[in-house]
Amino acid sequence: MTFGIPARRTLTAAMAIAATAFAAAVFAAPAAAELKSVEIIAPANAGGGYDQHARAMQQVMQNHKLASGVQVVNIPGAGGTIGLSQFVTAKKRNPGMMISGLGMIGAILINKSPVTLDQVTPLARLTGEYQPIVVAADSPIKTLDDLVAKFKADPGSVSWGGFAVGSPDHILYGLIVKAVGGDVGKMNYIAAGAGGEMMASILGGHITVATGGYNEMASQLQAGKLRALAISAPQRVPGIDIPTFKEQGVDVELVNWRAVMAPGSMKPAELKAMDDAVGAMVQTDEWKQIAKERGWIDLYLPSDRFAAFLKDERSRIEGVLTELGLVK
Amino acid sequence: MDTLAALGNGFLVALTPYNLLWSAIGVTVGTAVGVLPGIGPALTVALLLPVTYHLEPTSAFIMFAGIYYGAMYGGSTTSILLNAPGESGSIVTAIDGHAMARQGRGAQALATAAIGSFVAGTIATAALTFVAPLMVKLALLFGPAEYFALMILALTTVTAVLGNSLARGLGSLFLGLALGLVGIDMQTGQARLAFGVPELLDGIDTVVVAVGLFAVGETLYVASRYRFETEEIFALKGSKWMSREDWSRSWKPWLRGTLLGFPIGALPAGGSEIPTFLSYLVEKRLAKKPEEFGHGAIEAVAGPEAANNASAAGVLAPLLSLGLPTSATAAIMLAAFQQYGLQPGPTLFDSNPELVWGMIASLYVGNVLLLLLNLPLVGMWVKLLVIPRPWLYAGILVFSTLGAYTLNNNVVDLVILWGIGLVGFGMRVLNVPVAPCVVGLILGPLAEQQFRRALAISQGDPTVFVSHPISAVLLAVAVLLVVGPLLLRRRNRNAAAGGTDRPGTTSTV
Repeated sequence: MTFGIPARRTLTAAMAIAATAFAAAVFAAPAAAELKSVEIIAPANAGGGYDQHARAMQQVMQNHKLASGVQVVNIPGAGGTIGLSQFVTAKKRNPGMMISGLGMIGAILINKSPVTLDQVTPLARLTGEYQPIVVAADSPIKTLDDLVAKFKADPGSVSWGGFAVGSPDHILYGLIVKAVGGDVGKMNYIAAGAGGEMMASILGGHITVATGGYNEMASQLQAGKLRALAISAPQRVPGIDIPTFKEQGVDVELVNWRAVMAPGSMKPAELKAMDDAVGAMVQTDEWKQIAKERGWIDLYLPSDRFAAFLKDERSRIEGVLTELGLVK
Repeated sequence: MDTLAALGNGFLVALTPYNLLWSAIGVTVGTAVGVLPGIGPALTVALLLPVTYHLEPTSAFIMFAGIYYGAMYGGSTTSILLNAPGESGSIVTAIDGHAMARQGRGAQALATAAIGSFVAGTIATAALTFVAPLMVKLALLFGPAEYFALMILALTTVTAVLGNSLARGLGSLFLGLALGLVGIDMQTGQARLAFGVPELLDGIDTVVVAVGLFAVGETLYVASRYRFETEEIFALKGSKWMSREDWSRSWKPWLRGTLLGFPIGALPAGGSEIPTFLSYLVEKRLAKKPEEFGHGAIEAVAGPEAANNASAAGVLAPLLSLGLPTSATAAIMLAAFQQYGLQPGPTLFDSNPELVWGMIASLYVGNVLLLLLNLPLVGMWVKLLVIPRPWLYAGILVFSTLGAYTLNNNVVDLVILWGIGLVGFGMRVLNVPVAPCVVGLILGPLAEQQFRRALAISQGDPTVFVSHPISAVLLAVAVLLVVGPLLLRRRNRNAAAGGTDRPGTTSTV
């Protein structure tokens, strides 16, 4: 009847075994000092983007002796804001990190979270994904212009499918409609559920448009089951044959970035140690390899530059969400 | 016959001693995480991903598939023995499974669950092998209107668990529906009934409620009555093997459960709970002794357990043939494919036949291994029930509490668990059935989401529910299921005054 306790131990043991297995394959250790007993909070369930980033960091930092005793803790809920509030309020002796991303900015505003990103220190922007918008292969909409024309003729007839309200998907649609001079308030946004569910809705022709990370859609696009109208990158992405919004005359650019945060009040020396460790991590071949496999584009920014980026990004997102009527 | 040849090659891959070993490890780990509360197959695969980095992809996927199937087997064990379902797919099993355990028939309940899982897993894997593309084509026909109709159909399950008092049953259902409203509304982003508690924004976890109502509520009730009642329960009565009657009452539910589970599992928004609900309903309607339902009917364990295993195979259909992950475990398996530079989808069968067919063949092998592992374990599991009652119940509380915490690493879940547990205790005292509450909690939010999505897409035109043929048929069946028994009862009453009144046994399903 006390299975629970051994269970936790088993998990820890499994992680320890994983760690030892990799410690065997020692690589040249970069100059950065080793961080001890780091806890990385993935503010989402196992399997999602936040979780994958946390576990990739754990793996690479341990293998390269940038950190030891790295633990990943999943704290799912409310778009990452539950994890954020636990990260902010936790009193820990050991250094902690938390994975964050574009989605969290929207979630904080929509959920009226009592804690915000003001209470953490931006540590590094890591990766990002550009988002194509797609229609079903047999859709009468062939181009971005067709879509815009349909929206302008009858806004309600275009159902824009995405993840949650206020998610990067929703924000992207808001930016598009704004850029073409449409009425953002008339947008028929459908919260169509998580990845697989939304993809089935667009493949089956139940919604007009869908979006998501390029990687999620790559095989459907290659198999010709979906048609991409535009991608939210600033310029053409090598290897992705989709025109950008900008080259089609729609001034929209959005990257669904993922980042790592440090606790709010940190001594400059401690912050520097963490900043250096993450900086060394993104330079390793192992990290680059993982990013390549998962389709993450390297968008690394160190702490100071990331902080500046985050400030601008937050005000831009807040602007869009206000126009969407989600933030008052 | 290309499929058969490819499958044959798959077996050659899966049956090498090396891969057989990984399959065995997978099913063992899977059974363990299925039994342990709060740790699901998704988390396990996520933890193991880095460990398997240097493994052959085929071996890794054979192990993951074993974990996935194994967890489905293990999930029923705690439902039956402790009344504490580990995942939402085995909530229905607890209703009659635990009642069987209390009557000393825990071994038979575990056995019918294990054999049913084997039968369903094998048939559904065969379906995955031969008709996956067809299934997926069908699944894509399901839009929000069709899903809404399916949820309404599943909601008629409530008629099978209402109990003797309509008022109490409906009260329990509405409590469930109300609990289902808690959290952020998907379509507008507004919080409902969260009372400023951020942890409530994602809604209340169905497993926490089920464990609270079933395990905690029940335990408190037993504790409050302990001194006054001498009812002897839990002793293992007679043989631990299934009798001839058990077999004859189990095999049809296994097959029907499989028939419901696989296609609904293949639906991207189908899930594992809905087929278990429908299976319970169907079995009760077709049973020779429907009055036993809720008090330890073996059909009510056999059917739903087959259904949840078949739905697990169903989930793999859109994953392998389209690359669509429709459950948490499927999502992490998709990440695992990417780790090896593989992209599941239409091209995977051509580009990596050895991997795909090896994995599918390993599902057959894994099923056999699971049966070999689980049947002998039955004898060991039922020994749990000879633990003295105060210890056993204390253990159940510890076990439930740990499980609820591990789900989200969140203290608020514990408060909810115990709050709901007290409610469950009150309901037990007042003789209010708890099952309708769980049905309402799970189906209410799903039905609402699909209803509003359908209306948003149709721009407010409610005729979509009847103008889409699939939706219209499903709704018609649902109406028949509710109205049919009432009409039959009236006819029976008119025909035979005071005769045996068994509503619904001949209704169409």
